[in-house]
Order: sequence, then structure tokens, then C-alpha cells
Amino acid sequence: MPSLMTPPSTSRIQVRPAAEREGRKDYISIRDYGFWYGQKKALEGISLDIPERQVVAFIGPSGCGKSTLLRNLNRMNDLVDGIRHEGDITINGRSIYDPGLEVISLRRRVGMVFQKSNPFPKSIFENVVYALRVVGVRDRAQLEEACETSLRKAALWDEVKDRLDDSALGLSGGQMQRLCIARAIANRPEILLMDEPCSALDPIATGKIEELIHELKEQFTIVIVTHSMQQAARVSDRTAFFYLGKQIEYDTTEKIFMNPSQAQTEAYISGRFG
Amino acid sequence: MATPSDSSTPRGEAWVWFSGLGLIVGLGMVIGLLSLVFLNGATVFWAPPVPLAQLEDGRALIGQLAQRRIRAGSPADQPKYERQYQVGLRELNGNSYLWVDESRIKAETFPADILGLERVENGPAFVRPQSLRRSDGKVVAIAEPAFEAAFQAEVAAASAVREKLVEITRHRIGEVNAAMDRARVALRRAEDLKLADEIAARKAEIAVLDERYAVLQAEAAKVTAGGAVASLVARDAAGREVVVPLTQVIRAWFPNRLDTWGRVQLYASRLGEFIFDEPREANTEGGLMPAIFGTLVMTVFMSLLVTPFGVITAIYLREYAQQGPLLRIVRISVNNLAGVPSIVFGVFGLGFFVYVLGGSIDQLLFADQLKYNNNTPVFGTGGLLWCSLTLALMTLPVVIVATEEALAAVPRGMREASLATGASKWQTIRDILLPASAPGILTGVILAMARGAGEVAPLMLVGVVKLAPSLPFDGSFPFLHMDRKFMHLGFHVYDLGFQSPDSDAARPMVFATTLLLIVLVVCLNLGAIWIRNRLRARFKGASF
Repeated sequence: MPSLMTPPSTSRIQVRPAAEREGRKDYISIRDYGFWYGQKKALEGISLDIPERQVVAFIGPSGCGKSTLLRNLNRMNDLVDGIRHEGDITINGRSIYDPGLEVISLRRRVGMVFQKSNPFPKSIFENVVYALRVVGVRDRAQLEEACETSLRKAALWDEVKDRLDDSALGLSGGQMQRLCIARAIANRPEILLMDEPCSALDPIATGKIEELIHELKEQFTIVIVTHSMQQAARVSDRTAFFYLGKQIEYDTTEKIFMNPSQAQTEAYISGRFG
Repeated sequence: MATPSDSSTPRGEAWVWFSGLGLIVGLGMVIGLLSLVFLNGATVFWAPPVPLAQLEDGRALIGQLAQRRIRAGSPADQPKYERQYQVGLRELNGNSYLWVDESRIKAETFPADILGLERVENGPAFVRPQSLRRSDGKVVAIAEPAFEAAFQAEVAAASAVREKLVEITRHRIGEVNAAMDRARVALRRAEDLKLADEIAARKAEIAVLDERYAVLQAEAAKVTAGGAVASLVARDAAGREVVVPLTQVIRAWFPNRLDTWGRVQLYASRLGEFIFDEPREANTEGGLMPAIFGTLVMTVFMSLLVTPFGVITAIYLREYAQQGPLLRIVRISVNNLAGVPSIVFGVFGLGFFVYVLGGSIDQLLFADQLKYNNNTPVFGTGGLLWCSLTLALMTLPVVIVATEEALAAVPRGMREASLATGASKWQTIRDILLPASAPGILTGVILAMARGAGEVAPLMLVGVVKLAPSLPFDGSFPFLHMDRKFMHLGFHVYDLGFQSPDSDAARPMVFATTLLLIVLVVCLNLGAIWIRNRLRARFKGASF
């Protein structure tokens, strides 16, 4: 298992040894975490562990802080002025706020797929290999191989293999979102963050993405934010429910949906509030 | 009871009409200006029939109608007109143009034998030819059928002679003179440093150049004396005899004999001269080639200088600088730069670029030149480089503001997507933000070009001249001479309109030059718009 300190390399495209498939239980560990946008407290007292190579869903009503927490896992919120945090988040035992850890190398390990698909105005090929380009890969064969691997994993290869040089902006909405997934996994991150990846897609495209999540969890630890209870139930191993910036309940998905221990969780899941 | 939407609809109507009116007034002014310039500018080269006018007092004149206007002081209900004729023959009449009361004209006829001449000196002439003295000495009278053919052949032969003369005197002797100047500077330096070998070498070089100069002079003399010069004997309206050597004639036409096709050909020939030739007669005749070239080169250089400066500044302001009160002050200052009168930039350019920067360059790189060539500055005087820099500075705010806005308009998602894949800030700017904002940046450059190409006031201080001896681009190393002074269409308009010794002759040229300047600016802008549209097509379908 490469640690967060090793410099990004592109030769990591390999099958992980079977012995590691168990993974650590506290791969991502969030401890007493609080977060402020300026004076506004967005998160408070969050503590949860995300096991390796599992899918964890964050659910909760709008404004509950689930996206904020997700965006802090790869420090995307650094772009916002006047932010502050307390507590700590560690990935594989190492704090993401470690001053010796560059945010760029963190993001190379923690890929992200956004709510609104956001392909670059470049060709499909260039979109997928962008993450390799930024680490300086020039070798055409290596780029092509990475492109094909990623597109296959994102279940998009058969649809676009004949038009890799066409603009990515000519794809359909569902294809664009799968392209964004292919782009996010092209440099083999360890974690994939998905911020409502299906909210703008039709049921068929959503189904494809969900199948994809099942396949991807063989290799990636996935954290997904979703507004759809059914989706959380279908794709995730564990589910965390947030309300007003607080973590209400975190347990296996089965437990959360069948037998929640908190009344608020049950009320939300059954649609009585939220 | 009226609901808010009921009452606001008619009130909104009034605003639609009001804003529409504003648009109409604005459009009307633009169209009025353009059509005035176009009508006056495009008809300058048209050759109308030329009348022979008999006046009441028995005098007569031959001339092309230039203007017609209401006489000052005539009653408004019964206006009296006066006409201005271009009669030419400045050496006889003292002035090429003549005002005549319309009421004093008894009769106007259009004799077929009236000949129009464009001449190297003393402006045009409208005469009635009598006979042609050919270069072989034979005289052909106007009545002979061979006259016209012989005349056109002699005009063509004479202009070939004249061109050869120009080639020898201006270009070849000019080259020798330039080499001579350099050799003299080198000689003075060698003498000062007491380098015996160098002195001898330079003296030998000067002797060779002197010899070449003498040879060229002799060649030029041979060309002019190569045969008896053909000449035309003609009479003006008053019957005075005029002898015009044909080497003086640039163009000759019979204005009352030409058919429409002939007039079109004449128009094309004059337009070609206007665009591709050099000016004559204190810029009131001839072409504008040096001014067109100067304007074009200066504008292109200005754009090349202002784009990187402006884009880099905007990237810093938008992407790197800490947003806060200080940055707000910087931004307000940059925007206010756009409102500074352009002449102030000219004064700054003269004080800083020309004297400080140019002076320092001369001290550092051209010290010998200064010392041994009577302190003649190279870069320490106005020139193409300083003009481009001054205008680049003047148009900088436009590019900065446009680039900042284009960067801000790139969707947040695209920026986040790039950063989330592990790209650094600079990689995100270079690979994602700049390509996506390129059309917006180009819009800024287009605005900057439009403003820069039409600017005159600052240029007068930092390097534009009335008549430049040579183009800023030629065959001698380093080909592009950024230190040279140059001509500019905008300044040319000012010079023709307000500094010309013959304001009547300059008047049509002012319109033609203005039209040309407008066309040039439009062409530059169309070029930039074409590039922008190609860039936009690449981002077609993007969500911005």
C-alpha cells in the first residue's frame, strides 16, 4: 500500500495483492471534526471511520454539511476564503492537514466527481489523461493505455473508443459524468469522492453509474453524497446521516435503513421530514 | 383595481420607446459620420467631365468642379450659389482652386480636347493641347490622327525614365550615402583612437564610396539627358501657352472623351497609387503606403506588447493576489488609467521611454554612435518601439479588465475539476483557465487595437512624423528598425487637414485618408474577431 508520502507515480496501475483486500477499518478517520465558513459553523463534532475499499454514503437534508465534509476530505474547501477547522482527518494514518503534506499530492490520492459534470473543453482523450499530463507523463503509449483502462472502468470505452479525439462537450449528460469518473480514476487514486454524481442524470444513466460504483469499490474507497435514499441503500456498505452540521448516526447501511437507533434518522429515511 | 403587473406594463412600454430612441440617435450619428466619410472619401479619385466655363467679364476657365455651396450673405429664400473649380496650373494661376459666382457663368461647354494632367510638381493641370514635341524632335500637331497614340507612348516612355531616375537617386544613391555615413563615423572613431590601420581602411572605403557616388550621378545625368525630353505644348483657358515636359507627367486623360469603363480604369489606377505609392507635394498628392504600413506595424506591435502584459497582470490580480482593500485600490487605479487623456501617455512616453529608456540604451549600446556622430541619438529619440510601448501602456487597462472578467466567467466547476485531479494552480491556469478565457481576452485585445490604431495625440510626441524618409522595414539588417520614425494615417489626417500649405488640395485627401484609416481599423478588428470565433468554436457547447 503506497503511503501518502510517496511521490505520485504513474506506474501504479497494477492489481493490488489479495492479502491487502481486507483493508484497514479506519482507512479514513475523522475525529472531533468541526468546520467554519467565516463565522458560520458548518460542521460540529464529526467522528467516523471509513474502512478501506467500501462505499460510504453521506445522507441528510440540504445544508446539513454532508457536501462540506466530503469536500474537506480532499481539501477542496481551501479555495474558499475565511475557512477554519478543528479536530483532524487522517487518511491511512496520516493527517491531511500535516504541513509536510502538499495539498496537490493529497488530491492526486483522493479523486473527486462533482454533482454537475464538468469536462474540460478538450478532447475525450485529453480529458481522461489530464491527471497524468499534470504529473508530467509524455509517453503516448502510456497515456493511451491509461485512457483505455480508465474508460473501461468507467464503462464508457465501448461508446467512445472510435471518437477519442472529439470534443468531450459533445457527449450526453450521462456519458459526461462517466467521463468525469474516468478522469478522476485515471491516475489511480486510493479514494474516490462523489458529490451527488447522479442528481442531474436520468434513471438509465443513474443505473449505469451505480453499477460502476459496485465495480469500482474493488479497488477504491468510495465516499458518496446522495439525496436519494434508494441510491444510498443500493450502493453503500455504510451510511452516515447528518442533520444541521451534526453527525446523527453512522452505521452499516442495513442497520441504518432497517433499524436506525435514532428517531431523527428514521423520520428522515421514511420521508417524514427533511 | 389594477394589479402591479397591469400598471407596470404600460410604464415599461414607455421605457422601451425611450431606449429605442437612444439607439436610433446613436446609430444615426454613426451612420451619418460613416456615410459622410465614405461619400467624400470614395469619390476623390473619380474623374468627372471637365467644363470650359465662359464668364460674364469675357474670361474663361477650364477646371474640375470641386465644391458648390451657398454664398455667404445670400438671402435664405433665394439662395445664390458659388462654385469652386480646380483649375490647376499653379505656376501660372498662383492657386489651383478658384471660386466663381454661379450667376457670373454665362455658358459651360465640354470640349473633347480638354486634357487633364497629373504632374510631379505644381499640382494638376487642365489644358487644351496644341502639339506634341516628340523625343526624336518631330512635332505632331493635335489635328493629326497619330497625336493621341504618340502622346500616350511618350508619356509611358517618360514615366519609365522618371522611375529609373528615382531608382538611381533615391535607392542606389541613398544606399551609398548610408554606407558613407557609417564609414565616416567609423573613421572619426579610428582617428580619435589613433588606429592607423583602421584609418587607412576607412579612408579607402570612403574613396570607393565616393567613386560609386560619382558613377551613379553620371548615370542619373545620362538618363535625364539620354534623349531630348518630349514635351507637350498646350494652351490654358486664357490662351496662354504652356510647355509641359512629359517627364513631369504622371497621368494624362481626356476627361470629356472617357467612357465609363475608362473612368473606372482611371479610378482604379488612382486608387492603386493612393494605396501603394509614396506621398508627393507635401503629402497632398500621391499615395499613403508608408502611413498604412506604419499604422499597421505599430498596431500589431502594440497588440503583441499589451496582450502578455495585460494577461499576466490580470492573472495575478484575479488568481494570486490576496483579495482585499489594497487590491481594490489597485483595481480602481488600473481602471482609472483608461480615463487618462492620451496626450498624458504621450508626455510620459517621451519623458520615460524616449529620454530615460532610449537614452540609457544609447549610452550602453550606441556610445560610439553618439560620440562620433554629432550626438545623433538612435533609440533616444521617438521611434516605432516607443510608440508601440506608449500605446500598449495606454490600452493596458482595457486588456486587464477584459481578461479579469473572462477569468471570472470560467465556470467554477472547471476550475475545481482541474484542482481535484491534482493539478497545481499554475497548471490549472495554463491548461484550463487561459484556453477557456481566450475569446474574452481577445475581445479586450480587439478593443485595445481599435483604440490604439486611431490614436494620434501621444504618437506625435514619441515618434510619428509628417514624412519618414524610409519605412521601418527594409532589406538591410536587422530588417525591422524599431528605432525609426514612421508615418501614421491618423497623424496624416491631422497633417493634411491643418498643416497643409494648400488646404483646398488637401481637403479631398483628408476624406480619402480618413476612409482608409477606418477601413484599416475595421480590417484589423475583423482579423481579431475571426481568430476569436475560431477559438469559440473549439469551446462550442461549453456551459459558458
